[in-house]
Amino acid sequence: MDPKDNSVNKQTPERLIVTSSPHVHDTESVTKIMWIVNLALLPAVIFSVINFGLPALITMLICIIGSVACEAAVQYWRKKEITVRDGSAVLTGLLLAMCLPAGIPWYIPLIGSFAAIGIAKHTMGGLGHNVFNPAHIGRAFVMASYPVAMTTWAVTRIGMKGDFAGAMSKISSLDAVTGATPLGILKQQGYRALVDSFGGQAAMYKSLLIGNRGGSLGETSAILLLLGGFVLIAKKYIKWQVPVVMIGTVGLLTWILGGKVDGKVVLFTGDPILHMISGGLIIGAFFMATDMVTTPMTTKGQILFAAGCGVITVLIRLYGGYPEGVCYSILLMNAFTPLIDRYIFPKKFGSIPEPARR
Amino acid sequence: MNLWKEFTKGLIAENPIFRLALSLCPALAVTSNVYNALGMGLTVMFVITCNNISVSIFRKVIHPKVRVPVYIISIATIVTVAMLVLEAFLPILFKELGIYLSLVVVFAIILARAEVFAAKNKVIPAMVDGLGMGAGFTIGMVSIGGIREIIGNGSFFGYQLLGSWYHPPLIVILAPGGFIVIGFIIGALNLYEKRKMERTTAGGKI
Repeated sequence: MDPKDNSVNKQTPERLIVTSSPHVHDTESVTKIMWIVNLALLPAVIFSVINFGLPALITMLICIIGSVACEAAVQYWRKKEITVRDGSAVLTGLLLAMCLPAGIPWYIPLIGSFAAIGIAKHTMGGLGHNVFNPAHIGRAFVMASYPVAMTTWAVTRIGMKGDFAGAMSKISSLDAVTGATPLGILKQQGYRALVDSFGGQAAMYKSLLIGNRGGSLGETSAILLLLGGFVLIAKKYIKWQVPVVMIGTVGLLTWILGGKVDGKVVLFTGDPILHMISGGLIIGAFFMATDMVTTPMTTKGQILFAAGCGVITVLIRLYGGYPEGVCYSILLMNAFTPLIDRYIFPKKFGSIPEPARR
Repeated sequence: MNLWKEFTKGLIAENPIFRLALSLCPALAVTSNVYNALGMGLTVMFVITCNNISVSIFRKVIHPKVRVPVYIISIATIVTVAMLVLEAFLPILFKELGIYLSLVVVFAIILARAEVFAAKNKVIPAMVDGLGMGAGFTIGMVSIGGIREIIGNGSFFGYQLLGSWYHPPLIVILAPGGFIVIGFIIGALNLYEKRKMERTTAGGKI
């Protein structure tokens, strides 16, 4: 081709791209993946609106609108292409909302989404450059800022047992419409009180799986979150190893260390199922610890990441000051991601292993 | 004229906190409100100036091998004086600043000015350098403290600015807020410098 003739280049923005192998062609794009992750969250979202009513919907809308508006404003100001349609800001807003209690004052989700998008994402350079999971930064930000409002849990509207509501009002002692999460009861009153509050172990598991209990919007219904998670695994957007390892680590460690008899720790008497299906563990393991930007690149690295998340979660739940530690565990492991990537890196395509070369 | 230059360089161009990134520990720890920030800033300004003078006076007698211990002794003496004065006349501030007041002894900026400037210059320039650096440090502390107090508490210098409708995010007066505010100020200053550079180079071309 005549080197002066640039007409081809002008017509099509896609110029000749020189890259190393492998050359994989696919229709996947950031936009498509983000919207499908949003869709995977939809069952849990709908359930939380049914469960907590209008306040849940309002909280979610504020989070999503806040995140999208903040992203658009920052990108406009930085004179970058405005990419709010790719769904990543919507996803961040949605995930943030899922970490908040229903009926929270309106300014908290707004500040949270500003912290998530403005501070955690765009000060690092935007999508693909952020070190920490934006939604969890947003949650940690408002958790540190408004600890009281963030731990005032709205009671669910469906199928609440009288005993449970009673146990919750005992803890919060505010009024009848707020209460603690199961993990909060576990932390403050112990395992026995928790089981009693549900009226039996089987009833407790059932309630935790279905989700008619107190908690953030997104941490109540284990089954629907699992459903969304399986969709993501089936679409190969996330690796099954990550949630399995993270939830498995939590289960194993709580089984070994979590049991207490008369205030004394007795090994191998914990209740792993309770810890595995309660709190934000499932949404964290499927939707947060698998974030493409803030986790290691290789499967091996991701497994290490997930195991670390599990260990830190258990440490916080059993020995820390907070009843729930998924958010902080993922943020802490986000900080280790560059280190993990430094030592466990992908094999170069077609390269010969070190010993064979000698 | 030259002295004026020595003074002003500490204010913005070589601001201890935002440009040299020295003494970030007090900039995080005692800037949760303006009053503490100002108190700490002025204390450091006093210590840095006195220390620059004393180091400059003795610069020809101090053997280079033992210079750091000598500087530390000099700083510690001045800090002790400052602490006694604060304890006597501003006991509340003294209590608020707590351990950070004794830690002034090891603030990097004070040792750095002694080493970089006072040990090589005459008394008057050294004093002016200390004043300028101290003023820059105070400006930095007060601006961080002001932003943190307004956002995190809705007040300025103890006076309530924002009404009860304002729900301050506590995190801003906690340690992470300090990091975030300092980061944003440094970022804003860098952006300002970059824009200024672009403007001058563009002007040069025309």
